[in-house]
Amino acid sequence: MLVITCPVCGVEGEEADFHCGGEGHIARPATENPDGISDDAQRDYMFMRKNPKGVHFERWRCDRGCGKWFHACRDTVSMQIFGYYGITQRPPAALLKKADPLWQAHFEAAKKPSAKKAKS
Amino acid sequence: MSNKPYRVPTAGTGGTVGRVIDRSQMIDFQWNGRKYAGYEGDTLASALFANGIRVVGRSFKYHRPRGVLGFGSNEPNALVGVGSGNRQEPNLRATQVELHAGLTASAQNAWPSVEFDVGQVNSLASRLFPSGFYYKTFMWPQSFWKSVYEPIIRRAAGLGVAPEGPDPDTYEQFNCHCDVLVVGGGAAGLAAAEAASANGARVIIADENPQFGGISDIAGGTIGGEAQSKWIAATAASLAKSGNVHVMNRTTVVGHYHHNYVMMFERVAEHDPNLLSSGAPRHRLWKVRAKQVIIASGAIERPIPFANNDRPGVMLSTSVRAHLARYGVTPGYRGVVFTNNDDAYRTATDLLAAGVPVGRIIDVRAEPSGPLIEAAKSAGIEISAGSAICGLNAKSGGKHITSVKMAPYSTSGRVSGAEEEIACDFVAVSGGWNPVVHLHCHNGGKLDFDQKLQSFVPKPHADPVVTIGAANGTFGLGDLMTEAYAAGDKAGKAATGSKAAKAAAPKAASETEGNLEAIWFAPATGKYNEGNKHFIDYQNDVTAADLELAQREGYESVEHTKRYTTLGMATDQGKTSNIIGLGVLSGSTGKPIPEIGTTTFRPPYTPFSFGSIAGTQVGKLFHVVRRTALFDWHAEAGATWEPIGDWRRAYCYPKGEEDKHAAINREILTVRNKVGLLDASTLGKIEIKGPDAGALLDRVYTNKFSTLKPGRGRYGLMMNEMGFLFDDGVTVCLGENHYLMHTTSGGAERIVEWLEEWLQTEWTDMKVFVTAVTEQWSQYGVAGPKARALLEKLEGDVDFGADALSFMGMTEGTLAGTRVRVFRISFSGELSYEIAVPSHNGRAFWEKLLEAGEEFGVEPYGTEALHVLRAEKGFIAIGDETDGTVTPLDLGLNWAVSKKKADYLGKRALDLPHLAAENRKELVGLLTEDPNEVLPDGAYAVSEVSEKLPMDMIGQVTSTYWSPTLNRSIAMALVKQGRAKMGQKITFPVADGKVVRAEIVDPVFYDKEGERQNV
Repeated sequence: MLVITCPVCGVEGEEADFHCGGEGHIARPATENPDGISDDAQRDYMFMRKNPKGVHFERWRCDRGCGKWFHACRDTVSMQIFGYYGITQRPPAALLKKADPLWQAHFEAAKKPSAKKAKS
Repeated sequence: MSNKPYRVPTAGTGGTVGRVIDRSQMIDFQWNGRKYAGYEGDTLASALFANGIRVVGRSFKYHRPRGVLGFGSNEPNALVGVGSGNRQEPNLRATQVELHAGLTASAQNAWPSVEFDVGQVNSLASRLFPSGFYYKTFMWPQSFWKSVYEPIIRRAAGLGVAPEGPDPDTYEQFNCHCDVLVVGGGAAGLAAAEAASANGARVIIADENPQFGGISDIAGGTIGGEAQSKWIAATAASLAKSGNVHVMNRTTVVGHYHHNYVMMFERVAEHDPNLLSSGAPRHRLWKVRAKQVIIASGAIERPIPFANNDRPGVMLSTSVRAHLARYGVTPGYRGVVFTNNDDAYRTATDLLAAGVPVGRIIDVRAEPSGPLIEAAKSAGIEISAGSAICGLNAKSGGKHITSVKMAPYSTSGRVSGAEEEIACDFVAVSGGWNPVVHLHCHNGGKLDFDQKLQSFVPKPHADPVVTIGAANGTFGLGDLMTEAYAAGDKAGKAATGSKAAKAAAPKAASETEGNLEAIWFAPATGKYNEGNKHFIDYQNDVTAADLELAQREGYESVEHTKRYTTLGMATDQGKTSNIIGLGVLSGSTGKPIPEIGTTTFRPPYTPFSFGSIAGTQVGKLFHVVRRTALFDWHAEAGATWEPIGDWRRAYCYPKGEEDKHAAINREILTVRNKVGLLDASTLGKIEIKGPDAGALLDRVYTNKFSTLKPGRGRYGLMMNEMGFLFDDGVTVCLGENHYLMHTTSGGAERIVEWLEEWLQTEWTDMKVFVTAVTEQWSQYGVAGPKARALLEKLEGDVDFGADALSFMGMTEGTLAGTRVRVFRISFSGELSYEIAVPSHNGRAFWEKLLEAGEEFGVEPYGTEALHVLRAEKGFIAIGDETDGTVTPLDLGLNWAVSKKKADYLGKRALDLPHLAAENRKELVGLLTEDPNEVLPDGAYAVSEVSEKLPMDMIGQVTSTYWSPTLNRSIAMALVKQGRAKMGQKITFPVADGKVVRAEIVDPVFYDKEGERQNV
């Protein structure tokens, strides 16, 4: 069972005091532009996940504390947690460097002006 | 073999024999219904040995007689039932059960008795029980499953007998934190704890045995120039006295989880009836979060399988030595030692020193040498090097060994040449040592294969965990102490930041030992395996031949072989068998062991009690119950209960002799004809306030809410992003930018979190607060033609006139002396109001409603009447008509699904091909041909009834009731393209070949025009 520290209220607790909301940084297409979302784009939004074997960015909620959502950077193999950041923030550079290459590609693509704006 | 003196006298042994027992304290106990005596300090196993009892159980599959093999927690054979009645506990290891006055214990898996067991015929028929026996045998015909195969498997599977009746003892759980947790109180563990504690760290050291020291008492060697056991005793005592070390015996670390979460099982009072009766808990489960974990769990000796190596009297070498040294018992009169290493020579010399003759040391190594070998030689013990046991003779149905057969053994794994028979009645066997890596692996640790040990050792761990001593493959006492001190010091400093000087480890030394020679089993001479079984896993009766057969049948992966043969899957989790099994697989596949790999080590390390898992959460504390303000009133009114989430809601209120059905029918007709009262307080209530409140509602509901005027309400549907319906309810506008959302009773908490999640993570610029107020308000439904008349009798400033408060309107005011919110909403189709009052006024207000309604014949109605009333009206209920795969369109709720709104949750999903498909199931009503026939809930409709399964399923019943209003049965169902089938009849094959036919109709059964609620 993991030990997690909420970056919002600062409380340290057991995994069971928190709730994992799965992969972070998933942009909801309809929020940006509800028209013209292809079936594929909708499928990817709902079902396609990176699921890396390695360092991952996840959403967690401080269930029994302040109730706020935040991001955690966790190794899915060793279960180590390397850091936390706000739910509306992009991963700090130091964490992104540690992360699985899939994540580096994700934020690289988001930087390109031609690409659709990635939610952060 | 009974009643012979197997207790070795202390005299003449220099006090090295029977160190743990107190020969002045006799203890009576019962074994299989007969009385025996042992000494204070005995285990059940040693007391049975002392009484000459060598058969303590029957094996799982073949029912072969079995005796004690190991000691402590590694014992695979001697599983016994202890206690009786409601204190019966099955599957305890006799080697761990401490003897106390009045102890009763019995053998398991034996009928009629452990001495004569009928199931032994399985052994004669063992050719019929190869690996994968169940899979191969219990296959066809299908009809045999229920009546023949399942009863056989159920009777054969499982060991031991469950207790009868509730457990009379208490159990508890502790949560705690520490700086350093040391697992194991042997020399390494104590040394590490001492070094950590010298840094001021808060240390817990736990050992599963009553005494500390592991096997230091029989391992030879010196610490600080004295016998190991002296240093052990002194160190354990000084740690216990220090203020910062919690020293725990009889405490097994059963699980080690992520981030150093450790589960410890403490046997507090099990061994001591006086302590138990004084109120101490029987067991205690500790949940420890340790900054640093040091695993010093030692190593387990492995046997060398040889032909019929499961006969009672074949024991691990250390088990023989420990039983002699600690309890002064010997398994027989004349032993033979079979080994591939030096340590077993200690057993031979110790036996001889205690006056037990040793017929031979049989060593598979061609040229063993070293101080231990020399000591055995000079004691006059005959040694046969380069030899192996190739067979064993026994009498009395295998219960009594008479001799072993020995033959020359070569490194190629062959046994050949002249056999020699050596008379003996027990065999001490040693095949080397397996570090106890279980706890390291529980927490995701990986392993390396150590060639010298021919076993696995831990690799470095990602968590602050370190394994030391024998568990790390460090066996020399000098190295072990240095490693342990360094690890303890490092962990102590890491946890506390201490800068204390490092304490020097005391000087320690042990005899040098030569290398072992890998041997995974010693084949029998003569025709291969003829009548000879080489047992690998004693508890599950897995033999070398089983493993080889699995290989031949293509079970190449070790994980598959394990499941096919059940190797290592018994309650001992393969403590003595896993590595040997891998060795046998290595031999038969020609692959080295590291390539074969290990199976997963799963918690718990040893079984622990359900009582400790439940702890104090039993009886009234089992589950939290949420109560409305009327909970006591419902109970006084004789309500039967329905659990909804953690709530208890009144299901119905039977009167006098009435059964539930009669009560429900009466309650329904009261609402239809007079007026009924419902405690609807569990309904979820959420206040939503802020400039963007309306915009939020527009995003989460399928229909539009921002246009709602103050004092008006609207029924709304919520979808998830997959387009599936998951909650509904009426939301009212309380004022500008201020709404009150009603959710289902079960959904209240979920919906608050749902709204919060979207606000925090997606629509982060919205200015709106979401506040759960479910428990702030008691809410009562007043439904029926007399509802208005009843409410108008109450004093207050609320105008209940049809125009003043029209359908779907709401108002606030004062009624019967309390503040109220009045909603004119209806889930029954009748003229209906819901009145919310502050919860502390709930019961008083309810009683005023009853009083005012007396002249109209008012009665309370429960949740079942509520459901029938809504079903008569064709209103859906989340969880009945929906199952997480149903869209609003499936339910015909298109009117509530906006086409105009640009975006709301689930909107885009409704256009996905599988949701927009034509052949989806649609909600319809059903009227059975026989109006008295109530369809079973969940019954399947089929396109055609046929004799043989499967049939083509076209739909299922979602709600089904007897309607007293219509005096017939009604049902709703989801049926493929149901709306196009109006008027058609469909068939439901129900239980026992019966078929029910029903006509598809509109799901609104009663008052289709809705006139009754609009008066």
